[in-house]
Amino acid sequence: MEKNTNLFEYVLRMGDDSLILGHRVSEWCGHGPILEEDIALTNISLDLIGQATNLLEYAGEIEGKGRDGDAIAFLRCDREYKNLLLVEQTNGDFGKTMMRQFFFDAFRRLLFERLLKSSDIQLAAIADKSLKETKYHLKHSSEWMIRLGDGTDESHSRIQDSLDSLWKYTNELFFMDEVDFSLIKEGIIPSMDGIQEEWLVYVTSILEEATLSIPTNNWKQEGGRIGKHTEHLGFILAELQYMQRAYPNMKW
Amino acid sequence: MANQEWPLWEVFIRSKQGLNHKHVGSLRASDEQMAVDNARDVYTRRSEGVSIWVVESNNVFASEPAQADSLFEPADSKAYRHPMFYDVPDGISHM
Amino acid sequence: MKEVNITELERRFQEKIDNDIKIEPRDWMPEEYRQTLIRQISQHAHSEIVGMLPEGNWITRAPNLRRKAVLLAKVQDEAGHGLYLYSAVETLGADREATIDDLHTGKAKYSSIFNYPTTSWADMGSIGWLVDGAAIMNQVPICRCSYGPYARAMVRVCKEESFHQRQGFEIISLLAQGTPEQKAMAQESFNRFWWPAIMMFGPNDADSKHTAQSMKWKIKRNTNDELRQMFIDVTVPQAEMIGLTIPDKDLKFNKETGHYETGPIDWDEFWEVVKGNGPCNKERVDARRKAKEDGLWVREAAMAYAEKRKVKNAS
Ligand SMILES: [Fe+2]
Ligand SMILES: [Fe+2]
Ligand SMILES: [Fe+2]
Repeated sequence: MEKNTNLFEYVLRMGDDSLILGHRVSEWCGHGPILEEDIALTNISLDLIGQATNLLEYAGEIEGKGRDGDAIAFLRCDREYKNLLLVEQTNGDFGKTMMRQFFFDAFRRLLFERLLKSSDIQLAAIADKSLKETKYHLKHSSEWMIRLGDGTDESHSRIQDSLDSLWKYTNELFFMDEVDFSLIKEGIIPSMDGIQEEWLVYVTSILEEATLSIPTNNWKQEGGRIGKHTEHLGFILAELQYMQRAYPNMKW
Repeated sequence: MANQEWPLWEVFIRSKQGLNHKHVGSLRASDEQMAVDNARDVYTRRSEGVSIWVVESNNVFASEPAQADSLFEPADSKAYRHPMFYDVPDGISHM
Repeated sequence: MKEVNITELERRFQEKIDNDIKIEPRDWMPEEYRQTLIRQISQHAHSEIVGMLPEGNWITRAPNLRRKAVLLAKVQDEAGHGLYLYSAVETLGADREATIDDLHTGKAKYSSIFNYPTTSWADMGSIGWLVDGAAIMNQVPICRCSYGPYARAMVRVCKEESFHQRQGFEIISLLAQGTPEQKAMAQESFNRFWWPAIMMFGPNDADSKHTAQSMKWKIKRNTNDELRQMFIDVTVPQAEMIGLTIPDKDLKFNKETGHYETGPIDWDEFWEVVKGNGPCNKERVDARRKAKEDGLWVREAAMAYAEKRKVKNAS
């Protein structure tokens, strides 16, 4: 039972990351910097919403109280959402969106690679499907880091600004608490330690190639994993939940 | 910097192993890597492909439609290149 | 090239068309044929792109995960359609970004239906069912159009389009058979979209200045009124089946002709919207212009990087 509570919490956190980032990226649809990139962004968003669906459905199963993926995705209050602060940050310009994506993709790739070996078969299966998608997202966001960083003066300074403003949210990617410790012990999830180092190596190598510099200010922001969010989440939920709240208990 | 447009690329997709790449359309991309990725995102959303070629449209050299008669009509009169040109006697099979 | 006079070229060109031989990009074609195609295909492309906006409004508010994914994929398809069509425009020697700039300055038109607002979730149903339904009616015949690249783009578009109509019909019929609030939402939406959908086929044949020449060139294969009638004849029974009331008290079925006859269409409204006075004309074009302007630094950066890399690789 204890294991189930922890696993539920863990899967929920992952599901919320995908849900909220998928929501954010979907805001680009129809407004991308060029038609081709509009379509690419939507593909990323669709992958994330697909992952959210798989994860939140699974969370509902683990919980065993009859909630399905939609009930979990649409009918919680803000403090019950467990996504990273990073993913709820506003889109900003295209560079900021890509920077956010880059940090997240680099993390998710390492995580999914390790989750392939999870003793939880369902989680391993979700990781297998999501890893293929994530590798492509990471390639996409990494290439944009380099193009924007090493593009024009304007793009360099814009993307450096995004790096500076988002860096403080990256430490939370590697957040661990009791939930994680107990699942690590059971071989269900990997430890974050190795992941953080590998993440930093990869991220640094791409940002260097992009001629960007990582901020030396190491002040960090976290809280999403325990339901303490930035101001942005409330606005996201106002849209996300609008229909379900305005017209409760209906089929759509 | 001038408002410079991304070059145009022609996209060719192999729909499954064993078939030729086939021209499907074009798109804009700043370099060949992006062209392949954009082609993936634009032209294979419904699993239409297993392999992609992109060629910058500037690099495509085409035959001149006005010369079509001299280029292609001479072959029309060489029916002997086709098996139907030959009579095979009744009773002969596997030929 | 040998001296062949223009009338002879035009005669051969029309002969090809009459014999259903497709015209391909590098073939000789009358300048007016080329210009008509550039105008028609780019307007069609703009319609796909502007058409993303009214539905895009509801992506973040979709009521469940399945609907969210479907709507997102649907709106993305419209971007794809726009791209296929711009791709066809470029085979005619026109420049995609220049045609887009014409949209942004108001010189180029797009389907007036997208100048109507989407104010309820039911509009996602109405648009898929009616607007994509009307678009399919319009587009299927263009798969046989005389210009090869346009015809091929339309084949691809039409293949993708049928899912659009079905998902819309699924939304609206679920609502029409749902709770009283949902039924009201469906009917209210249907009331707003029925007439604009009918007007999507364009003015009556008598007032359509391009129809005759376009039919002769097989750029257009049916007249506006023919297509409109087909649409009405298939849609009225669908609406009745799911319990929606057609917002037209004069609508009647003519047993002799086997067709439905509608009350008078408000063409003044149509022309006003075409002229730019619809409820959302300005918002739609502004949104597209903003996307292009905001993306300029991104496109420039990618190009600058590509050039730097070329230089690096060469040395
Ligand atoms: Fe379309
Ligand atoms: Fe269309
Ligand atoms: Fe459509």
